[in-house]
Amino acid sequence: MNTERFAAQFPQMQWDAATSSWIVPHQSLLEIALFLKTDPEFRMDLLSNVAGVDWLSSKEKVRGEDGKPVERERPGYLEVVYHFYSVSAKQGPIVLRCRTDGRATPILPSITPLYRSAEFQEREIYDLYGIVFSGHPDLRRILMWDEFEDFPMRKDYVSPDDYEWEPTPHDDVLERARQHRREEERRRA
Amino acid sequence: MLDLGGANAADGEILDAPLYGPRSYRVFGDDALAKHFLEISMGPHHPSTHGVFRMDVVLDGETVVRLKPVFGYLHRNHEKLAETMSWLAAIPYTDRLDYFCSMTNNWAYVLAVEKLAGIAVPERAEYIRVIVGELTRLVNHICLAGFLLADLGALGTPLLYAFREREKILDIFEEISGARMMCNYMRFGGVRVDLSPEALQKIHRIAERFPFFLDEFEALVSRNEILLSRCQGVGVLPRHLAVNAGVTGPMLRASGVDYDLRKVDRYGIYDRFEFRVPLGEHGDVYDRYMVRILEMRESVAILRQALAQIPEKGEIMNPQAKLRNLRPKPGEIYSRIESPKGELGFYLISDGGPCPYRYRVRPPSFINLTVLEDMCLGQKIADVIVIFGSVDIVLGEVDR
Repeated sequence: MNTERFAAQFPQMQWDAATSSWIVPHQSLLEIALFLKTDPEFRMDLLSNVAGVDWLSSKEKVRGEDGKPVERERPGYLEVVYHFYSVSAKQGPIVLRCRTDGRATPILPSITPLYRSAEFQEREIYDLYGIVFSGHPDLRRILMWDEFEDFPMRKDYVSPDDYEWEPTPHDDVLERARQHRREEERRRA
Repeated sequence: MLDLGGANAADGEILDAPLYGPRSYRVFGDDALAKHFLEISMGPHHPSTHGVFRMDVVLDGETVVRLKPVFGYLHRNHEKLAETMSWLAAIPYTDRLDYFCSMTNNWAYVLAVEKLAGIAVPERAEYIRVIVGELTRLVNHICLAGFLLADLGALGTPLLYAFREREKILDIFEEISGARMMCNYMRFGGVRVDLSPEALQKIHRIAERFPFFLDEFEALVSRNEILLSRCQGVGVLPRHLAVNAGVTGPMLRASGVDYDLRKVDRYGIYDRFEFRVPLGEHGDVYDRYMVRILEMRESVAILRQALAQIPEKGEIMNPQAKLRNLRPKPGEIYSRIESPKGELGFYLISDGGPCPYRYRVRPPSFINLTVLEDMCLGQKIADVIVIFGSVDIVLGEVDR
């Protein structure tokens, strides 16, 4: 596979050597996926895996204007990782990563019109991470029940304290609930 | 009949499916339902949904015009659980994914961690993995054949014969791991318990006797007229759609696509064995049944070669491999194996900590269900059961 040609074709991509993947701006995700699928050299016809990842905001050290290291807040984001393989050419994988702008209203384009295999996987990511895939034909919750409100795979997910679903709560569970209630009261006072 | 093309992709051909037509996502108004369509909910306790699985089916007479799979009844957020525990502690949880094939689930996970942390596996352990992996494939495929026939109305007998053979293999699993189904057998850098000479002797006998059982099973059912008329030409899956929808495993090969990860990736030591990859021609239910029967014969061939080649003595665990307190360097890996149901992949991200930062399972039976509606549209309601049975899913893996 001539990845140099691929890189030259799409200069907006960024190679991430630590994870051997391409970081793709979401505006050009579909264009790049279409190229991978239809190019006679790549023929990436199997989108094997679509996975969501949550990256919380963190501190990072960068060199400031005066040359001294400064600590800076790196904003958090959600990420979707695509693993492409070729069935007809028996090669792969090519890994693309697509990041959302922040974690508040994450929207990414849906790849389902190009690859049917993303249909359930994107629904799962929507269900568990809350990323909205625009252009998905049938975006609903898939594993959690429809009335569920939060996104349980996010790193900052806090399990609720109402034990409607748990008939026999354990001691530490009850203790945590009490603590949450105390914190809530303190905040009000 | 749909044209499936030849058995192999022609040079330069791109396997692609047409974009969504209006057919698969028709929305029915209330008046349409009131007039002549009937919407029924099959499941979650329907006897042939193989677990708690529901299909929301809209019927025109007896013909299916829409089918939506509904699942998640068994969801326990396996991925989140694994992110809260150590790398080692996630192994027994992988048993519960596809509880028919706990050995291959273990294998997929430990292989991914071994690749991530750079752990080598001793020779004898590699052979033991291949042996138990192929025994698992026998268990899965023969049970699937039995269940499919039970769905077709052959209640009891074929399934009983299948379970009789499965029992012999589960006895071996019990002997080597202490559990019949939840084996929890593999570890990073090897396997937990060595195969005793007696266990090897038993596996020898299975490799010897299993083809005779298959002959008997096939003589009883494979050319049965009811089986032929209910399976041939039913639930056709064109191969372009199969590839585009990410269908893998025997289902993909039944549609005529030559793609077996044991041949393509050659993970473990699969490059040392000679075996053939059976392919279907029509992509219907009968092909899916037959591909699995033929695959079992190839599995027996692999078993025989592995038993002949396995070193007499040797380590079964890499002594340098660290089990407790394993902290792989920051990085990520996507590793996949050919589980009996298809491509079982694990996508792991390590941040250098004691637990995985991201732990993702790529479940084959979950993704194989994508095409369920496409295979069932235009078929009769009674055939939905057969088509669904031929997909081969386990809800523990679909819902995770």
